[in-house]
Amino acid sequence: MIESIVPAASSYAWEIDYIFTMIFVLTGFWFLLCEVVFFWLIFKFKAKDGQPAEYITGSEPHLKRWITIPHVLVLVCDLFILTAAVKVWYDIKQYLPEPEKTVRVIGQQWAWTFVHPGPDGVLDSSDDIRTVNELHLENETVYHYQLESVDVLHDFSVPVFRLKQDAIPGRVITGWFEPTLEGEFDVQCAEMCGIGHGLMGARVFVESAEKHAAWMATQSPVALAANFPAQRIGKE
Amino acid sequence: MKPIATTRSTSGMPTGLLAIWWVVGSEIVIFGGLLGSYIMYRLSHDAWANQAANTNTALGTLNTFVLLTSSLFAVLAHRAAESGDGKKAARLLYYTIGGAVTFVCVKAFEWSTEIAHGYTITSNTFWSFYYTAAGIHALHVIAGAIIMAIVARDAAKNMELQRVELIGIYWHFVDIVWIFLFPLLYIAK
Amino acid sequence: MAESIPSDSPAVADDHHGHEEPSFWSKYVFSTDHKMIAMQYMFTGMAMAVIGGFMAYAFRMQLAFPGIEVPGFGIVTPANYNALVTNHGAIMIFWVAMPVLIAAFGNYLIPLMCGCDDMVFPKLNRLSYQIFLLSAVVLLSSFFVEGGGFGGAWTAYPPLSAKAEYSLTPLGSSIWLGAVALEFVAFLLGGINFITTAMNSRAPGMKLYDIPIVIWMIVIASILFLVSVGPLIAGAIMLLFDQQLGTAFFDPARGGDPVLWQHLFWFFGHPEVYVVLLPALGITAEIITVFARKKLFGYKTVLHTTIATGVLSFTVWAHHQFISGVDPRMAHVFTLTTLLISVPIAEMMFVYIATLYGGSIRLTTPMLWGLSFIAEFLIGGVTGIFLGASGADIYFHDTYFVLAHFHYTFFPIAIIGTFAGLTFWFPKMFGRMMNDRLGKIHFWGTIIPFNFIFIPLFVLGMGGQHRRIFDYSYFPELSMPWMQDIRVLATSSLLIMLGFQVVFFYNFIVSLRSGEKASKNPWKSNTLEWTADSPPPHGNWKELPTVYRGPYEYSVPGRDEDYWPQDQPN
Repeated sequence: MIESIVPAASSYAWEIDYIFTMIFVLTGFWFLLCEVVFFWLIFKFKAKDGQPAEYITGSEPHLKRWITIPHVLVLVCDLFILTAAVKVWYDIKQYLPEPEKTVRVIGQQWAWTFVHPGPDGVLDSSDDIRTVNELHLENETVYHYQLESVDVLHDFSVPVFRLKQDAIPGRVITGWFEPTLEGEFDVQCAEMCGIGHGLMGARVFVESAEKHAAWMATQSPVALAANFPAQRIGKE
Repeated sequence: MKPIATTRSTSGMPTGLLAIWWVVGSEIVIFGGLLGSYIMYRLSHDAWANQAANTNTALGTLNTFVLLTSSLFAVLAHRAAESGDGKKAARLLYYTIGGAVTFVCVKAFEWSTEIAHGYTITSNTFWSFYYTAAGIHALHVIAGAIIMAIVARDAAKNMELQRVELIGIYWHFVDIVWIFLFPLLYIAK
Repeated sequence: MAESIPSDSPAVADDHHGHEEPSFWSKYVFSTDHKMIAMQYMFTGMAMAVIGGFMAYAFRMQLAFPGIEVPGFGIVTPANYNALVTNHGAIMIFWVAMPVLIAAFGNYLIPLMCGCDDMVFPKLNRLSYQIFLLSAVVLLSSFFVEGGGFGGAWTAYPPLSAKAEYSLTPLGSSIWLGAVALEFVAFLLGGINFITTAMNSRAPGMKLYDIPIVIWMIVIASILFLVSVGPLIAGAIMLLFDQQLGTAFFDPARGGDPVLWQHLFWFFGHPEVYVVLLPALGITAEIITVFARKKLFGYKTVLHTTIATGVLSFTVWAHHQFISGVDPRMAHVFTLTTLLISVPIAEMMFVYIATLYGGSIRLTTPMLWGLSFIAEFLIGGVTGIFLGASGADIYFHDTYFVLAHFHYTFFPIAIIGTFAGLTFWFPKMFGRMMNDRLGKIHFWGTIIPFNFIFIPLFVLGMGGQHRRIFDYSYFPELSMPWMQDIRVLATSSLLIMLGFQVVFFYNFIVSLRSGEKASKNPWKSNTLEWTADSPPPHGNWKELPTVYRGPYEYSVPGRDEDYWPQDQPN
């Protein structure tokens, strides 16, 4: 259901959409059941002249089972949801596949800085590419992100990836994602971080291998030096 | 005029006693939160032991002794109040207050020495906890002493003798908090 | 009619508690009478609700029409916006739901329903209100200091809240924190009073299972508050020291840990939901039994599920922190406990619905509010499952889905619960009946727009719209036309809902002055407060009642009347 509003652009997005649909169906069933019974009872037992209410304590076995049976069934539904939640959580947050590339994501009041590995594919080497509010990713590549913050709490949120993780100053939090859909999407800060919280958006560009390589070429120190004025104008 | 509600005792326990236990209960969670936080930090910061080495264990021990003695007086005051001897209960409560005053004086000396040596509340998070936890505790000691003075004044006139027990329970609680603070802040080095 | 009750003597005005006429100050301001203190809490809470509602109006206008000059407020800057949402949340929970549901109804109902003449500590009670009033004044003053009101969200996560260089509200954040701490102290004092009064001052004959459910709920809520708030009081002191003295409890650069605050906050914050929920559930229980003329379907079931909920509520706090960087393995434990807590709450809902079975339902205004509480709270309940399941929460955390979810719990609690209680006990409190017709207009004018505010926000949340953003035009995917249309829809619904509150205030004031005189027991209810005069005099009864049976003996076979007051020997 979510993918009809927000595209699913990561390898695990379907899991979140799946668990959402599952909970929606289960809770929707209970919700509708309760409301239907509720309104039916209101109409059925509306006060009528000469028809007194019944005296029911709630301990009559043939009536009490109308509470105890749903009670057990709710517990069973909870078990299904629990199993799904544990599985989805494990896949996204606990399990870390081997990365093909690693990016560093740094939150600060009120911008995102992204450090991409350069053409050599290794972070913290001389050809790293630092950008502000622009994250460039290669499609169908397993990424690790190292999330940092320099001041207050931020939250690295990419709705199309179904990814969200708080950034905590003083810690490096590692997680993963694998983009599966080319395009340009929103990055948000989803943790209140001060006056500029509403401006702390960035864009993520998921590109094919060729386009990504081409982008990297424009970001090499030589290319940047040559194009600096032009590129600056081009951006504005 | 007192409401009739005050005189009832449906649960079989005097209302004042019931209330003081709830007060103690709510205080336990306040100190529990503070000390729990301290213990979590302490476990992940071994270096704090070096800071704790600069606390004055001898004076801490003295204060522990002072508080325990004052608690003993509170127990004796309760016993005197139960036998209806308000004058004796008041006298014993004044001894307890004497313990509280001694405690606060020793504390003041300790803190001024430490601050003079440069260990202030902002030096390090250990010292932040040290001053915060001991400070909140000292406020409880002072508040307890003031309430005790009021109770003692009434008790001397044989009024409201049941309050001697209530302030005693509170005082034991303040004492027990110190029994936790002392090893955590002074001894664990 | 109520007049047929043998124990009733003809109603005579207040005459047995002193003969001199009390002065205005001692009657209305420094009174120790539990009913007057209840009214003080009620009207202070309502005044704060108007302020909180005005804040909602200001920031919803900004969301629907970014950048306009909001009539009555002006331009909403980002700093304004943050301060508005922060204080809207804090006010509605700490200064509206708590004082009205626990303090006002608790103060009013506990002595009356337990059959005693006042609280056990009347002076403590008065002190509690005075501290509360002070906390409200302190809170409102935070808007007028240099730097403006605190804008770091009602959760006040450090380091943002701890350092002025980050929050840019050097004084506002400390004043805000101080106000919250004062409010906690007020409710600790009040809570001890509620618990001891209900435990110790019940009428002769009132055994544990004869206590009306609403009293149980208020007492259990007070206990939950008392046990959960301590760590946050300690945390508030630490945060205040971080702000003003420069300590580093929550500053990671100097050995502190910001996540600790989150634990202290939510260890309180989650039980707090139940602290306000339980009184509202209790009010609903009283109302649906009276107007369905039915015994509660399983008194003990309700009581036991309440206690189970209370205990479990201490084990679920970290479901607010799934993605906050805590150990990922912890999420499984807290998903389990969170799903578990849904079981007793679901059971309670089943019991309430089952109570309607076989009833003789009268759809008066209080009954409409009581029933709508169940219908609307169910939505809040089931949407909570999405957020309690760790896997789904990765997507929904901090989106409008969360916002819509907790408004579907807090709105039924704070607004529906209050209106239910107020319309139900109005005849007792003020001695006059409220206009039923106007009451129903107000009911429908509140309930229908309410759903049109928050159902659309669920959709926005599914669309990935995150919270606390003053203008979505910086996020291309969140500024699509259909999303803006939804925001306008929600805001217009809010305006309609706020407009209908005028009907309530009109009805309230007119009924207060010239409503039909209320008899002692206009709803033919069983509980003790209806055996006192309307309104009850100081001291409540000439002769305090004795209790012979449980509170829900309606439609007992073989009796002429379909109700059987608790104080009637046979």
